Amino acid sequence: MTLYRKAAIVGVAESDEIGVVPDKSALQLHAEAARNALEDAGIDKSEVDAIFTAGLGIMDSVLIAEYLGITPRYSDSTQVGGASFEFHVQHAAAAIAAGICNVALITHGQVNYSDRQRPWRRTRRWTYADPWLPASQFEGPHGAGTAPSVYAMAAMRHMYQYGTTQEQLAEIAVATRKWAQLNPKALMRDPLTIEDVLNSPYIAYPLHLYDCCLVTDAGGACVVVSPERARDCRKPPVWLLGAGESHTHISIYSMPDLTKTPAEIAAPLAYKMAGLGPQDMDVVEIYDSFTYTVLVCLEDLGFCKKGEGGAFVSGQRTAPGGDFPLNTSGGGLSYTHPGMFGMFLIIEAVRQLRGECGPRQVPGAKTALICGVGGVLSSAGVLILGRD
Amino acid sequence: MTQKRTNKTVPIPMPEARPFWEGCKKRQLLLPYCPHCQDYFWYPRPFCPRCFRWQVEWRQASGRGTLYTYAIQYRALNPEWAEDVPYVTAVVELEEGVRLFTLLVDCEPQPDKIRIGMPVEVVFEDLSEEVTIPRFRPVREEKR
Ligand SMILES: [Zn+2]
Repeated sequence: MTLYRKAAIVGVAESDEIGVVPDKSALQLHAEAARNALEDAGIDKSEVDAIFTAGLGIMDSVLIAEYLGITPRYSDSTQVGGASFEFHVQHAAAAIAAGICNVALITHGQVNYSDRQRPWRRTRRWTYADPWLPASQFEGPHGAGTAPSVYAMAAMRHMYQYGTTQEQLAEIAVATRKWAQLNPKALMRDPLTIEDVLNSPYIAYPLHLYDCCLVTDAGGACVVVSPERARDCRKPPVWLLGAGESHTHISIYSMPDLTKTPAEIAAPLAYKMAGLGPQDMDVVEIYDSFTYTVLVCLEDLGFCKKGEGGAFVSGQRTAPGGDFPLNTSGGGLSYTHPGMFGMFLIIEAVRQLRGECGPRQVPGAKTALICGVGGVLSSAGVLILGRD
Repeated sequence: MTQKRTNKTVPIPMPEARPFWEGCKKRQLLLPYCPHCQDYFWYPRPFCPRCFRWQVEWRQASGRGTLYTYAIQYRALNPEWAEDVPYVTAVVELEEGVRLFTLLVDCEPQPDKIRIGMPVEVVFEDLSEEVTIPRFRPVREEKR
């Protein structure tokens, strides 16, 4: 048995506000998104029997279940960074297929932008959170550990090994901005050129400011149900056709190959389950924590050969009107990125498959690939979705 | 209370990594080695993460290697690093085959002064009377 068509996503939503939301807690954003996603599905909260979430720091699913007033029979706080929600979808489908639960609610909410303005919410860098962690011994004392500090080192190795250029990375930022201009919910909608990206200040060389995702406030949620329950929802089901997940390291010094991500492991699992390949995908949503994340994942997902990601994205191929619709919401680079973007990949893919995306709609999209990436290229969760 | 010689947080050695930190105090770079796999591994654990045998030897490394990758950091990790930006963080590949994360010192933070593959060598910095940390710097002879 596989999870092919064993579960469907029937509800997706953001919180009422996203972007800069200074006057709401992360918990409220979870709850708003949960209410909106359940309404999107036409399912009452009382039907929810499984809860999945991550990112709150302690006993995540227990906290959210209490806050929402849910007593689940299946509970999962899998925390693998920004890809957690892709992992949650596969776990929910497995639990549904095993008959343990019927209606799974996956929620997200973070206020990382506004937390920067709140001294009492600021926490110390995680590398120093516990001195007896390997990263506190072998990485933090050398002045790095934040996402940009480390992604820059992976990008640098790719540039060295394959001749990838900063201009090629900028192509991704520019194409993604063009999609954001078509999304009224996107935070950054001003025109952006390759020169603008290359002239923006360095955060960590070789990555410029516009190679890096936003930091925003936002919540998101999705509802995953059994095929039987999916028949009786407000909107047509979006089926889980394939799923795969893996992780290889938590710190960059343990990364087996700096030019490869665990998507290289997860993608074949998802393709095999779906009985589809990269050539069959109509729309692709890849976690764009950084432009480099997208470039390297395009290779690991099999859309081009290893080392050819730079050439693949050249000439605005992934922009609206190009032949490879990618990150159609405007992504973490221009739409929203509250800290963990994985939920928003799912929301956009489902909306594309339902044909709800207005000016940014990919015409006739029937299949979508989602690639969540967490940590420092640590984890990858790949989902392949399709409609009837 | 021992004298701190840095404004940075000083690591508190994990028990399984104590031979490494003790070595650093003596200006020796000691690496964990698995006699069964006949290979080094990184980072220190009381077992080999490949074969899971709980038999680890500590061997002195040459302290030489090559630059595997780097980044020039323009944003400080935390306020302790504010006055250091821009600084260069790196992964070095040691002659023994393992990759260490490090601060690249004695090196201008300029892309044209840094080359992936260039030879690097260990230097030791005393963070306190009790803790010494290995950093790496470009090997100067390279310019000949
Ligand atoms: Zn071994």
